[in-house]
Amino acid sequence: MAVGELADYFPISRPAVSQHLRVLSDARLVLHKREGTHNVYRLNPEGIAILREYLDTMWSRALHDFKALAESSYHRARKEKS
Amino acid sequence: MTTEVQDILVRKSLVVNAPVAHVFAVFTEHHNAWWPREHHIGKRNDFAAILEPKIGGRWFERGDDGSECTWGHVLAWEPPNRIVLSWEINADWKHDPSVASEVEIRFISDSKERTRVELEHRRLDRYGDKAEMMRAIFDSEGAWAGTLAALAKVVHEMS
Repeated sequence: MAVGELADYFPISRPAVSQHLRVLSDARLVLHKREGTHNVYRLNPEGIAILREYLDTMWSRALHDFKALAESSYHRARKEKS
Repeated sequence: MTTEVQDILVRKSLVVNAPVAHVFAVFTEHHNAWWPREHHIGKRNDFAAILEPKIGGRWFERGDDGSECTWGHVLAWEPPNRIVLSWEINADWKHDPSVASEVEIRFISDSKERTRVELEHRRLDRYGDKAEMMRAIFDSEGAWAGTLAALAKVVHEMS
């Protein structure tokens, strides 16, 4: 689906449609390729999997830092008590 | 696509060598102290990650300029054993309750000084609903009329 075709159906401008598509594209939820002077867009079937992978990495990292802080603060508190 | 993505979730399990009350307190009260700095959606790189300790409380970031971006809300608050948060961030990293997924964190006391933490980020199929909507829009020219309302909604949500 080309941007021009898509824009015809919306009460927003063609640049606005392009901008939305760019955001979706950056998030890899849609794929695009250039055909002549047009960008043609289609849905990326792996979009959700990519998102899931991102969140998986995010939680690994976050929980790693969380564990480190929870353990170090506990040891510190225990030392102060004794 | 809907069937494929229905069960997509993230599961994590780890052991923390500290008592459950302490582990829960660090997760909630000291949320900002461990939340990775690269994971935020606001414009300011200097921010505080805040979790309001009650059902309905906000989960959000506050930039050093005072600007706030909501990440989600507290759905369940059962100290020191369990919390459930909504994750209301869409695929373009903006606050968007229409794609709200759920994060459940359970704190299980293994012994006096050992806590198992289990995290489940589920209902990622909520993103799938939107992906499905986009698929209908992009794949089928015949479906144009019927999907216009849906697309207008997507565009509105993304702006």
